[in-house]
Amino acid sequence: MTDATRAAVVARQPINPFDLLARYGTVIALVLLIVFNLIFTTNFATLQTLNVNLTQVCTIVIVAVGMTLVIATGGIDLSVGSLMAISGALAPMVFMSKLFPIGNIYLAVALAIIIAVGVATLLGLFNGWLIARFRIQPIIATLVLFIAGRGIAQVMTNGQLQTFKVPEFQFIGLGRVLGIPFQVIVMLVLVIIAAWVIRKTVFGRQILAIGGNEKASGLSGIAVKKVKLVVYAISGFCAGIAGLVVIAINSASDANLVGLGMELDAIAAVAVGGTLLSGGRASIIGTLLGALTIQLVRYTLLANGVPDSVAQVAQAVIIIAAVWVQQQGRNA
Amino acid sequence: MTRIRLARMVGSYGVVIALALLILFGYLRYENFLGLFNIMSVLRYNSMFALVALGMCFVIMTGGIDLSVGTVAALGSVAAAYASPYGPIAGLAAGVGIGLVVGAINALMITRMHIMPFIATLASMLAASGTALLLANNRSVPVSYQSGFTELGQGNLIGLPIPAIIAAIAFILGWLVLNYTATGRGVLAVGGSEESAKLMGLPADRIKTLAYVASGGLAGLAGVILAAQFGAGQPIEGVGWELFAIASVVVGGTLLTGGVGSVGATLAGVLLLGILFTVLNFENGLGWISLSAYWQSVIRGAFLLVVVILQARLIAGETTRT
Repeated sequence: MTDATRAAVVARQPINPFDLLARYGTVIALVLLIVFNLIFTTNFATLQTLNVNLTQVCTIVIVAVGMTLVIATGGIDLSVGSLMAISGALAPMVFMSKLFPIGNIYLAVALAIIIAVGVATLLGLFNGWLIARFRIQPIIATLVLFIAGRGIAQVMTNGQLQTFKVPEFQFIGLGRVLGIPFQVIVMLVLVIIAAWVIRKTVFGRQILAIGGNEKASGLSGIAVKKVKLVVYAISGFCAGIAGLVVIAINSASDANLVGLGMELDAIAAVAVGGTLLSGGRASIIGTLLGALTIQLVRYTLLANGVPDSVAQVAQAVIIIAAVWVQQQGRNA
Repeated sequence: MTRIRLARMVGSYGVVIALALLILFGYLRYENFLGLFNIMSVLRYNSMFALVALGMCFVIMTGGIDLSVGTVAALGSVAAAYASPYGPIAGLAAGVGIGLVVGAINALMITRMHIMPFIATLASMLAASGTALLLANNRSVPVSYQSGFTELGQGNLIGLPIPAIIAAIAFILGWLVLNYTATGRGVLAVGGSEESAKLMGLPADRIKTLAYVASGGLAGLAGVILAAQFGAGQPIEGVGWELFAIASVVVGGTLLTGGVGSVGATLAGVLLLGILFTVLNFENGLGWISLSAYWQSVIRGAFLLVVVILQARLIAGETTRT
């Protein structure tokens, strides 16, 4: 087809407003929210506002990046919040030399990060193993670690708060590079890598193929089990990092609270971002925008004196509206 | 074929056998394990979870899921607490009523707007929690102790805890509906294959609506008992109840893909996970070991793991042979 005929074909199709909304709805909503805030919210256009919103959304986005990949294969990962708790419980035990003595603080922090994120990744791999090897439904397979994982973190710490003041470690949550919070940089790096993987790599294509039609993918020679293992391991890896960011910000690790409810925040961000929950399609940038939209709605309401409880209801309405609009766009 | 039978056996009786073994273990090992006081408190406390799991069981049998049950119970407890001065009936009506409303909204989103159950009930979970906090002004709402409302959670009737009686009635009704009514068979048909059920002329949307409305109502009822038992409406309670209920249903052998399920095995699943906790307490009482309450979730998780791996292996054997 020449460019001219293609243009003619495209031009002949009637424009469906839902299709436009579905494709650009999140961006439009985000722009509208920013405009609204610029007019009505005092002190909105400040660096501080930007930082507050970015730091709050950061851990959700980090977890949601892994969740997007999992959901793209047609799965789901309920264990992320519990894995955050495990990673958050483990790291201070290492860098405060509770497990074994380490002389050098830099070495201790490095080991803490490697061990905490490593364990979370392995637990993610365990999820993948249950799903790939035994063909257990993802929602049940990850329910195991959702329930047991937080218990493990609580048992490790005896349910007690671990407080610390280790600037070398807390740089993850409190440090800045060129004025940008370090955690935001971590978030952006993960988003960029994941978006690149999905769009440009064979592995990314395989993820989408499995989500689209698992049987056909297997028959066409894709190593379905291996891809699933890796995807759940990545989700565990992201959760592990998010757990470290949370405890670094708080200067404390509470196994009862770190990552509580995170699985649902992350899934909501993915859904609002336009990734199909049935798999086969994924938009990492969409997930980032989805998380930002949910966060900005909350911020807008709270900054204008609306109570948190009402903001929660508004969040629910936005999730449903976003998903519904996207469906209309696709059905048309 | 024998493997299919075996899978069904483990699915529906395995949990009962495990429950019997656990109770036997407790009886042999601990004094007073089967004492009246212990039995009563186990039944009283677990009746709330049993009600929530019953609703979840029906929803899962249709092939769906209901994540909103925990926060709907919280919302129900707040509504019941406000209505409690007007007596137990008013409290029941308020709590169950608000649960039915949320269930109906869930059903509308799923059947009319065609939103996936997971997302629809995730949203109503948030909305119910927000509404509960708003109604309760972010505090717990004390119930009236004069109107007889607290009897619903703390009272006894013919020597049995009233909440346990309520749960027992609900389960008997649930069992009758599932096994002896067209709607009940329809639930399984829709869960087995919605397309075929529709082609056979079954009102799939109506059946699904009933399942979600029932789940909402039962969650509201659990909230009423929560408020009556603890003397206050608790807007922040119920966190994680939905996943506990899903775990109980799965342990009971109901498949999350829908189409297969048992009300009785779900009850056994709830009791099994609940009694694990009691056993832990008794074990600590012996003084040999000291396992903190946190081990409870680790043990529950490990238990769930064993059950799902067993189920998966049996089902895998079933499909590769046919």
